[in-house]
Amino acid sequence: MSEITPDVVSHLANLARIALTEDEITKLTGELGQIVDSVAKVAEVATPDVPATSHPIPLGTVTRADVVGTTLTTEQALSGAPASELGQFKVASILGEEQ
Amino acid sequence: MSDPTDLTALSAATLAERLAAGEVSSVEVTQAHLDRIAAVDGDVHAFLHVNAAALDAARAVDAQRAAGTALSPLAGVPVAIKDVLCTLDMPSTAGSKILEGWVPPYDATVVARMRAAGLVPLGKTNMDEFAMGSSTEHSAYGNTHNPWDLTRIPGGSGGGSAAAVSAFEAPLALGSDTGGSIRQPAAVTGSVGMKPTYGGVSRYGAIALASSLDQVGPVTRSVLDAGLLHDVIGGHDARDSTSIPDAWPSFADAARAGLRGEGLRGLRVGVVKELSQEGQGFQPGVLQRFRESLSLLESQGAEIVEVSAPSFEYAIAAYYLILPAEASSNLAKFDSVRFGLRVEVPGGTVEDVMAASREQGFGDEVKRRIILGTYALSAGYYDAYYGSAQKVRTLIQRDFDAAFAVADVLATPSAPTTAFPLGSKIDDPLAMYLNDLTTIPANLAGVPGISIPAGLAPEDGLPVGIQFMAPVREDARLYTVGAALESLLEQQWGGPLLSKAPSLLAG
Repeated sequence: MSEITPDVVSHLANLARIALTEDEITKLTGELGQIVDSVAKVAEVATPDVPATSHPIPLGTVTRADVVGTTLTTEQALSGAPASELGQFKVASILGEEQ
Repeated sequence: MSDPTDLTALSAATLAERLAAGEVSSVEVTQAHLDRIAAVDGDVHAFLHVNAAALDAARAVDAQRAAGTALSPLAGVPVAIKDVLCTLDMPSTAGSKILEGWVPPYDATVVARMRAAGLVPLGKTNMDEFAMGSSTEHSAYGNTHNPWDLTRIPGGSGGGSAAAVSAFEAPLALGSDTGGSIRQPAAVTGSVGMKPTYGGVSRYGAIALASSLDQVGPVTRSVLDAGLLHDVIGGHDARDSTSIPDAWPSFADAARAGLRGEGLRGLRVGVVKELSQEGQGFQPGVLQRFRESLSLLESQGAEIVEVSAPSFEYAIAAYYLILPAEASSNLAKFDSVRFGLRVEVPGGTVEDVMAASREQGFGDEVKRRIILGTYALSAGYYDAYYGSAQKVRTLIQRDFDAAFAVADVLATPSAPTTAFPLGSKIDDPLAMYLNDLTTIPANLAGVPGISIPAGLAPEDGLPVGIQFMAPVREDARLYTVGAALESLLEQQWGGPLLSKAPSLLAG
């Protein structure tokens, strides 16, 4: 059995920056427990002698000539931003009051 | 003047010929498809957005043709675009509320190549949110309905693209396939879906789900049409560092060879023992049509060989670790800063705003997979889960290598069942994940796979698909074999399978 508890889900949600509701945490705890139990079977065959594959088709490091390519203008880059000012993305304060 | 209502029934290849011959204009062809969308999309809901400038694009192609400009083969033919692909002039939401109304400042490479080739974008098609799903029920913008039976799922995640072509709303569409999102919808809608070799088609501008698995490809009603579209969108792109630099043959030519009956004599077709038998979750009618297709190939000189792929049993488990892990990382960019939804939190920090925006903007399945991926990547669990899943990936590649040592192509049913009723699996994530049983191994190994119609299941009269897979870089082989089988089956059926689909027009 997995060790998925509401505290674990709450911690993961915090890491993933999703403000889950209590109901969602309860529901996800059950669902994730089932899913994790089901996918844990990968360990049955993943013995130490098997190398890991991260990429389906090995390619060498891809480089290009060090020249300026086509880039977005500032206006284009900001076109989808919820808020911007003086040609920059605008966000809420980074630090809370207690910090 | 031709009857515009007939234009939507024609293949892209035929439309291209008639456009080139001047028998019909792109404006007429495009208008016919816009009319069809207006008539049936209220019921089907394949489209999230219809391109208001479609006729302008069509007029521009007509003007070029009139001026004697040399045009590419598909110039003037309309195409539908999965909403996961960035388009300069249309919203690109990936089926998510977090990107509602977002218009990207650039085109995906595949979209830019289609525009350059004179194809006419009809609009953006519905999909499971961020391509997470097998039924399109996880879209934030409502269900798409299967044109064969509007109470059933069109497959997913690319249910919109598959429904658009099978409802004759578009002759061509683009999809993306991370674990079967092109092939499984093709199977359940009686259409053709091709997942190219990983790296064969640029991913630049495709909103990433799982970067080591995602691949863009064609969704059509015939194998030749898929080859024609693949020829337009494929090939190396310097903007995608995983793009394969090799030159590719013409896939349309490969399909034409199949239509001439080439490619089957002496072809070794490997039937994967673990994905072709009773007791493995397959509906009886699916297995029946699959085996009939194999017999047909055998009657034309192909040799059927049984191959074993013991590690495929672990494919779904590995996939549901690798995909959430990569997705949790890729979806971190939806942070309410550069694009997408922002939920204001009075007095809150940027972190509070992010968390509130992601809570409101993401749907249940996306949250589920992000949390699962975060867990699989967390300290203490990484080796047991993500590390083990990557090892399974090696084992699956070895199974493919061994199989391709004795077979030229592998065959499986494209999906375990025909289209199931909307709502029937939505509350059971594990049951939903099993729909990708047959398609996931190709993504894990990077090999190409195609689904073509294999008939209607006797028990429910709904479409069944057969999947072929080939070694990496051997996409052309799939077009030849797929077109050859398609031609043989259509001789038996007396026409394309989709000619048996309901008209969808009230009356």
